[in-house]
Amino acid sequence: MARRTSNPQTSQQTSQQSSFGAQSKVSRRKFLASAAVAGAAAGAASAAQAATAPDPIAPARPPSATRPSAMVAAAEVGNPNALPAAAKNGAAGSDFMVDVIKSLDIKYLPCNPASSFRAIHESLINYGGNKQPEFLTCTHEEAAVAMCHGYFKIAGKPLMTLVHGTVGLQHATMAIYNAWCDRVPVIVLGGTDLDAAHRPPGVPTIHSAIDINALVRDFTKWDDQPTSLQHFAQSMVRAYRFAMTPPYEPVAIALDAELQESAIRAEGEKLYIPRYIASGPPAGDPNAVREAARLLANAERPVIVADRAARTANGMKLLVELAELLQAPVVDQGGRMNFPNTHHLRRAPTVIRQADVVLGLELTDFWATVNGQIDNGENDGHGIQESRIKPGAKLISINSVELHTKANYQDFQRFQVVDVGMAADAEATLPSLIEAVRAAIPNDRKAGIEKRGEASRKAKEEARTRTLQVAAIGWDATPISTARLCMEIWPHIKDLDWSMVGSERQMSSWPSRLWKMEKHYSHIGGPGGYGVGYNSPAAVGAALANRDLGRFSLNLQTDGDMMYVPGVLWTAARHQIPMLTVMHNNRGYHQETMHVQRMSNRRDRVAYNGKDLGALGTRIENPDIDYAALAKSMGWWSAGPITDPKDVGPIIKKAVEVVKSGQPALVDTVTQPR
Amino acid sequence: MHRFVIRAALAAVAALALGGAALAAGSPDKGKAAFIKHGCFQCHGTVGQGSVVTSLGKVLYDTELPLEAFIAFVRGTNRAMPPYSDKILSDADLTDIHAYLTSLPKPADYKTIPLLNQP
Repeated sequence: MARRTSNPQTSQQTSQQSSFGAQSKVSRRKFLASAAVAGAAAGAASAAQAATAPDPIAPARPPSATRPSAMVAAAEVGNPNALPAAAKNGAAGSDFMVDVIKSLDIKYLPCNPASSFRAIHESLINYGGNKQPEFLTCTHEEAAVAMCHGYFKIAGKPLMTLVHGTVGLQHATMAIYNAWCDRVPVIVLGGTDLDAAHRPPGVPTIHSAIDINALVRDFTKWDDQPTSLQHFAQSMVRAYRFAMTPPYEPVAIALDAELQESAIRAEGEKLYIPRYIASGPPAGDPNAVREAARLLANAERPVIVADRAARTANGMKLLVELAELLQAPVVDQGGRMNFPNTHHLRRAPTVIRQADVVLGLELTDFWATVNGQIDNGENDGHGIQESRIKPGAKLISINSVELHTKANYQDFQRFQVVDVGMAADAEATLPSLIEAVRAAIPNDRKAGIEKRGEASRKAKEEARTRTLQVAAIGWDATPISTARLCMEIWPHIKDLDWSMVGSERQMSSWPSRLWKMEKHYSHIGGPGGYGVGYNSPAAVGAALANRDLGRFSLNLQTDGDMMYVPGVLWTAARHQIPMLTVMHNNRGYHQETMHVQRMSNRRDRVAYNGKDLGALGTRIENPDIDYAALAKSMGWWSAGPITDPKDVGPIIKKAVEVVKSGQPALVDTVTQPR
Repeated sequence: MHRFVIRAALAAVAALALGGAALAAGSPDKGKAAFIKHGCFQCHGTVGQGSVVTSLGKVLYDTELPLEAFIAFVRGTNRAMPPYSDKILSDADLTDIHAYLTSLPKPADYKTIPLLNQP
């Protein structure tokens, strides 16, 4: 019989009175940890109940830890000995926390271990049976968060991670910022020890702070530092709900060590697990929807631009419906897989120049969608700023980010005036917008709309021919052209249920230009915050989600990004996450090479390369990194470096078979810069 | 593309205005070395194939700019591509680079490449 956990559908808040008054002589901290658990609803078991009615199959639970001693503190930097005797007063507080976490159905926990959350760690693997969530060992917190990030973009469900409250959170911050900018929910729990009078001296004190979440408050949607177990239960459910309401964003909860480690007392407050009910996504105001529909229905050349519009498969379907209704070209900026690239209405961004109405759906940067900046040092160094649209063009924006943004970090981008703005979720607004457009299209315009579609079909075919001809340039070149690399991969994956789990932008977006992409998981977009170090761990997280769905995961991986958290390769091997990683190894931080070249030219100086092939400090060569050896050392099947394009296909074929057998495989190819 | 043609034409006019002094024939081998050393390949690829990201789709392998116009363009460009003065790339270097680019073989018709004709 499996251990029962609280059921989120049946648990509810009880009306039982808190016994705070009866405990008035107990210190507040002790009291907060000394609540009794009450399974409020039938069938809902609690940590306390489990402690008195042990599972007949599961072995006796080892006790939770007490306060760390000086010896334990010293063990922070060594091999810990056996911990002191357990709390005697009942089940561990962290067991109750596990019940709360289980109620949210969180499947995995990518995590790098740390002493500040040792109690909940112990509860998760022993009391919780290492299921829902399953612990995935990570070698860096940045990798753990980015795995959560990638996982969500395939599974549509958030993961949680645990981090040391200070140093671990510091490692995690860049990945949290990426998730923030990419509108992805990640639940970050940070261990800390608040009691300055009693916490162990030395390292545990160094690793504590009075407000750990201050570090990430500018780029998390919400954070809290619970001071009782009941407070924790409410905060977890609240955090989950906030994170999962568009705009999706990461959240942070601080976990006090004493709250985790102390026992739940038999007397005191009745604990309960609040029921999680998802909030509906915010849809656009009906009047604004009608006005947007009027503009679109009467436009001569409407253009739809989508960035993170399609949150689900249905989002893509809705966008296709709207585009076909208007026969309007769609520019997919690629934050998500918004629109099938085989559709005749999918067009290149240049089509925006002709638009008289532009509908922007969850755009990261509306300004840069309709304006350009040439970074040439003119205008006192600001560069040339120029409009990319016709004068008088009307702009419509539907963007949920306006509902929740913050001041410090500038991810909200430059300000763009729009004619109709809706602070709303695009996918949730599309059904009403489609109906409003359908009603607003005058009968005498319908023939003209059909003609737009014919023109788009012709333009699409011509663009396809041009793309294929450009792909042929440098076909036999060494280093290998990125177009050739993509087309050497394609025959080996095209008949599989494949999903591209890495970013393609560093490869001139050849996959989107050459491969057939029609599923909402054909690609998952990029990092959001452009923090390098996202791709390799996010790809592993997305591959984990694909593994559970029976899909084949392909990751096109840049070398610079790989070297931030290469340890994630080990995590993939350790937890048997099959995926094919093909290295786009251009042996450099290519963008930075071009930036230094630009600055050198502007200052009329020769860029100093030293012994490298680009500006000093921007290349990853001398010595060249052997990525195949790196992957092999972490348990991957690997091959390379491959320099001759003719060798790519046969190796990819072999690697695909390895991945289909359940292993991760890496093929290192030495490539052109982009 | 249209904008590039205009700029190329202006560059050609500028080159004529400068007198268009006769330049010696360039060396494709030296031009390839200069193309790599001075970072041209970072945006344009080693065989001038370009990129939608770094060269806005412009390819160089089939440049039709005469040498003088080519040099004038490289000296005077002031948009996405930064200008290269003669302190960075001499006329001789640019002559060699031009020779390299014009020596590149025409790519095969994509219709003859099986991998580019898959469904």
